[in-house]
Amino acid sequence: MNNLELQKHANDVRKGIVTAVHSAKAGHPGGSLSAADVFTFLYFEEMNIDPADPHKADRDRFVLSKGHTAPGLYSALANRGFFPVEDLTTLRKLGSYLQGHPCIHIPGVDMSSGSLGQGISAAVGMALGAKMNDQDFRVYTLLGDGELEEGQVWEASMFAGFRKLDNLCVIVDNNGLQIDGPVDQVCSPYPIDKKFEAFNFHVINVDAHDFDAIRAAFKEARETKGMPTCIVLHSLKGKGVSFMENSVDWHGKAPNDEEYAVAMADLEKIGAELEKAGEV
Amino acid sequence: MADTNASTAVKKIATRESYGNALKELAEEFPGLVVLDADLAAATKTSIFKKAYPDRHIDCGIAESNMMGVAAGLSLVGKIPFVSSFAMFAAGRAFEQVRNSIGYPHLNVKIGATHAGITVGEDGATHQCNEDIALMRTIPGMVVMCPADDVEAKAAVRAALEYEGPVYIRFGRAAVPVINDRPDYKFEIGKGSVVREGTDVTIVATGICVDSALGAAKKLAGEGISAEVVSICTIKPLDEEVIVNSARKTGKVVTVEEHSVIGGLGSAVCDCLCAKLPTPVKKLGMQDVFGESGSAAALVQKYGLDAEGVYASVKEFL
Repeated sequence: MNNLELQKHANDVRKGIVTAVHSAKAGHPGGSLSAADVFTFLYFEEMNIDPADPHKADRDRFVLSKGHTAPGLYSALANRGFFPVEDLTTLRKLGSYLQGHPCIHIPGVDMSSGSLGQGISAAVGMALGAKMNDQDFRVYTLLGDGELEEGQVWEASMFAGFRKLDNLCVIVDNNGLQIDGPVDQVCSPYPIDKKFEAFNFHVINVDAHDFDAIRAAFKEARETKGMPTCIVLHSLKGKGVSFMENSVDWHGKAPNDEEYAVAMADLEKIGAELEKAGEV
Repeated sequence: MADTNASTAVKKIATRESYGNALKELAEEFPGLVVLDADLAAATKTSIFKKAYPDRHIDCGIAESNMMGVAAGLSLVGKIPFVSSFAMFAAGRAFEQVRNSIGYPHLNVKIGATHAGITVGEDGATHQCNEDIALMRTIPGMVVMCPADDVEAKAAVRAALEYEGPVYIRFGRAAVPVINDRPDYKFEIGKGSVVREGTDVTIVATGICVDSALGAAKKLAGEGISAEVVSICTIKPLDEEVIVNSARKTGKVVTVEEHSVIGGLGSAVCDCLCAKLPTPVKKLGMQDVFGESGSAAALVQKYGLDAEGVYASVKEFL
């Protein structure tokens, strides 16, 4: 898929995130928006998945270890055709299948997650199981940078590195902010790349919002044998919505009606620019 | 139903040993079975399985939280993981992983927790888990079992493998008498059984305390007190019918478990009886205290969980 198409899809994913969180009057827009491009790349290009057959045996697996960014995952799944985009407005509401954190019963969701540090272990188990079963699907898991403060992340990483799980790709959304402030002021996880290298991962640092760089990184990950890969995405929290960008305040807060209008106007503007770029 | 006389049972085996043997014996029949351990294979006895099936044994190192998640992931690609550690670390340290990564998605993961209760012995309070039944039974959809002996332990492992969904089984460290070795023994998840009939009092016991209850019943019989003994292996889902029927007959219930009296078998029995047939209940077990170092035998004696202790408590209650 060309970059312009990916950018358009990513913009639609962002609109879905903002719309879902606005409708829910709660949720986590900042980290969903920072990861919107990687969600888009995974579901529109990288992964072997089929929205018509979400449980097909040979599919690639994805576990959203930073489960609070469910709006990002749900919007990507909806835009990819796993369920109707209109359902995003039911997010977090009583009776909706779109639970506040990923639930395994949602079409396209491979594992319930959201208690930080746990998703990566499930992904590691899937990758190990694939090896034991002689299956060649790949397993992807997305973590937050604040999430790296959880000890279980390093238990899982030690195990994955030791077991040489080269079918596993750990992605870290390094947007630099967590609830209580900048990650390097709360309990710094830096240097992230050196830590994963020390745990016997191949590590790639990437601009989270550059599809050429993202594509190259996932290709390198696929071609890396004998060790798992960690892709550290250097991202902008709140990316695409002017007043949410690089703001701790928008980690876990929903926009009110006025703010929602501004956010959608920002994204409509980006969308119009992408349309224009396509015509040139 | 069978009348079992504990004093004639001479064969003794620790249920952790039964667990390791069962895993090995069932490996061919259940090709999806894989066994995970956290650097305790020699103690949990999964080493028996490991020796026979090294490729299906995964040592996760001393990292129980990750081990639970790895088991969850394995179950999602068709494996049937049996996860092993001491009860303290499986149910205690990794409680939230069991709840969120196994219980909530209702995955087909089995947890074989050994070294439960005070009969861990000399290691002392840090390793004597008297809270695991309480913790595990609060998780929706979790089956919780506590076998009494070698026969029941092996049957429970088989039943867990045949069942689709999360299961927690607690095993002990110390060798205990084999009391269920009889031709008519049958095992079913969720079914308790009357192992000795009586009319004056019901003693509901689980795990190694079934043997103590039988010993106590025999001693009580010598004094003209007829105690019925109900053996409960599956604490969740509880066999309410067998408990209510016995309570209706005797009108008094004593529960015995190698576990805290808060949240375990005793609480489960009270939950059942207060709703279905309010009956006076005395709960024997760890009375909201930590254990301590000592031999298993000395500890069960000190905390009143041997036949003599159960006998004395029942007498006091009547």
